[in-house]
Amino acid sequence: MARKSQEEIKETHSSAHDGRRSALGLGRRGFLSWVLGIGTVGVAGALSVPLIRFALDPLTRTSTETGWSDLGPADDFSEVNVPQKRTINIIQTDGWRKIESEKSVYVIKGTDNQLTVMTATCPHLGCSVKWNDNTHHFKCPCHNGEFTSAGTLVSGPPPRDMDTLESKVEDGHLKVRYQSFRNLVKTKEVMA
Amino acid sequence: MRQQLRNIRLVRWLDERTGILHLADEALDEPIPGGARWAYVFGSGLLYLLISQIVTGIFLAMYYVASADHAHTTIEYITKSVTAGSFLRSLHSYGSSAMVVTLVVHLAQTYFYGSYKGRRELLWLSGLVLFALIVGMAFTGYLLPWDQKAYFATAVGTNIAGEVPLIGNWLKELMRGGTEMGTLTLSRFFVAHVFLIPACIFAFVGLHVFLFRKAGSAGPVSEDSFEPMQKTEQFYPKQVVMDIIFATVLVGTLGLLSYLSPVALGPKANPADTSFLPRPEWYYLPIFQWLKYWNGASAIVGIVVIPGIIAAFLVALPFMDRTKERRPWKRPVASFSFAIVICSLLFLGWQSGFEDSHDPGVSKQLAQQDSLTESFMNAPFTPVEIGTMPAPAQTMSPDVAAGRQLFLDNSCDQCHGESAEGTDKAPKLIGVSTKFPADTLISRLLHPTQKARDADMDPVDLPADQFKQLVSFLQSLK
Repeated sequence: MARKSQEEIKETHSSAHDGRRSALGLGRRGFLSWVLGIGTVGVAGALSVPLIRFALDPLTRTSTETGWSDLGPADDFSEVNVPQKRTINIIQTDGWRKIESEKSVYVIKGTDNQLTVMTATCPHLGCSVKWNDNTHHFKCPCHNGEFTSAGTLVSGPPPRDMDTLESKVEDGHLKVRYQSFRNLVKTKEVMA
Repeated sequence: MRQQLRNIRLVRWLDERTGILHLADEALDEPIPGGARWAYVFGSGLLYLLISQIVTGIFLAMYYVASADHAHTTIEYITKSVTAGSFLRSLHSYGSSAMVVTLVVHLAQTYFYGSYKGRRELLWLSGLVLFALIVGMAFTGYLLPWDQKAYFATAVGTNIAGEVPLIGNWLKELMRGGTEMGTLTLSRFFVAHVFLIPACIFAFVGLHVFLFRKAGSAGPVSEDSFEPMQKTEQFYPKQVVMDIIFATVLVGTLGLLSYLSPVALGPKANPADTSFLPRPEWYYLPIFQWLKYWNGASAIVGIVVIPGIIAAFLVALPFMDRTKERRPWKRPVASFSFAIVICSLLFLGWQSGFEDSHDPGVSKQLAQQDSLTESFMNAPFTPVEIGTMPAPAQTMSPDVAAGRQLFLDNSCDQCHGESAEGTDKAPKLIGVSTKFPADTLISRLLHPTQKARDADMDPVDLPADQFKQLVSFLQSLK
């Protein structure tokens, strides 16, 4: 109670100090404070625009140049019936650098002898799935997502089948265009 | 407004726990003897500039890499590629100039107003320390872009430190991280610029503001600095408005400058360049010019003794000058000596520019450096390639790799193309093994056809093992 009355005294004191009040209920000084406050926030806001644009710049860029990578002669894959793991090197723009990074893909021969290339990146949370010769399934080591040899989802948390990559056979060589896809969504979406 | 704030429940809740309103009262109701004046805006202006430098500096550090390999590239990336990068870098660079100017004005105002008097020795000293720290920020920041200008100006600057008696050489090597300027120099300057000196600046700004509030505003020159008697006016609102107007002028000027005339970046530092004429940032020009007058044995006078005397004088000032008199016209010696120093610095700065523009050799070289900077700025940014190798090299057998080297060494690539893809002078060799059986290929190499000879194809003359390697390479081209 004592504290409250003290506050009341302080309030009466400072409102007396505020002097005349306008129709809005603001003193002359009160009005000035608001003008200053709003002005300061306005200027600070305007100044933060270039800062925010600067910080968000990387979000407006695409990182991967999607060129064709060579996986070797297509004949190399005609003999085998289990998925073959291959690593390819793709050129990525990484900020101010151009780097070569290694990515894993699986080459699968379908029943019609057509070659399909799938990314080893799990559509769940992005771990690398492994081929298991015993179970004849792909298995993701992180959360036990399982896929058939054709990449179809069997069990586990992944939201969709393994992602196939665009591929073609040119001059007898199998070529693939590497891309990354969005995780955790039901449909395959290319990430910019 | 504070009254209205007090009525907001959240503010009251915060105030009960932090005492924030009391703090605001304390800050805003500071009494100023003699009332608010434009002469008092420079201290808070410096504080505003400091905040601006900190914020822009932090954002620039998002992209900057402090290494001799990458510093220049990352600044180039910021300047040419990142949205608003050129603007923020310019704001930071012009901001440093603005700080130096405002700092000198703040110091001069304090000096001429005799505001260091009246138990304000520590306040004055902490200000001098801040002066040295800001000068250190300007010096260390200048190297960070690692362009020609930065590199050579710092080479000169660290050499000057080497002139200090006894510890000079050690000091120079400490700053450079070795005998030569290099990536370690850059790391050291970066650490000093973003960690060490800012930490000291925070501490001393805190101390400076605390001591200022403890001593109170000194007021106009007619005021007694020990026991102010003139009618006081509270800091808020009039002085606050003046401070804000000054800060707004600073924001506006720096923003306009940065927008209309962004700071350029020169070509990457090339230590082997013998013709480059280093020129420091404009506020260092007076010192740069000053050093021209002191050579050989006398250098110590110009570099150490005279600046040392000036520094010692400034440090001792509030202890020596114990009179209550503050009006500058009643302190002619103090006023004149300071005015002479300032005028000398201005003159030296002017003279430096004058000499450069009147020496045809120098002005031609400086103009050429400017045009190199301009053409560098006009070139688009290209990302640095790191670890990108031509794909075939990774799958090559040793023989094939050696063969490829022979292909390049014997200039086969000149006509057949670097990847044997063929040019207008000679056919492509990719797939040559499917076109010719091995023995035909070998015979064609040893005895080129007439058509090939006409196109300058010489018979391949290599030792047997190398010949085999070349053939392996050609056969690998698929």
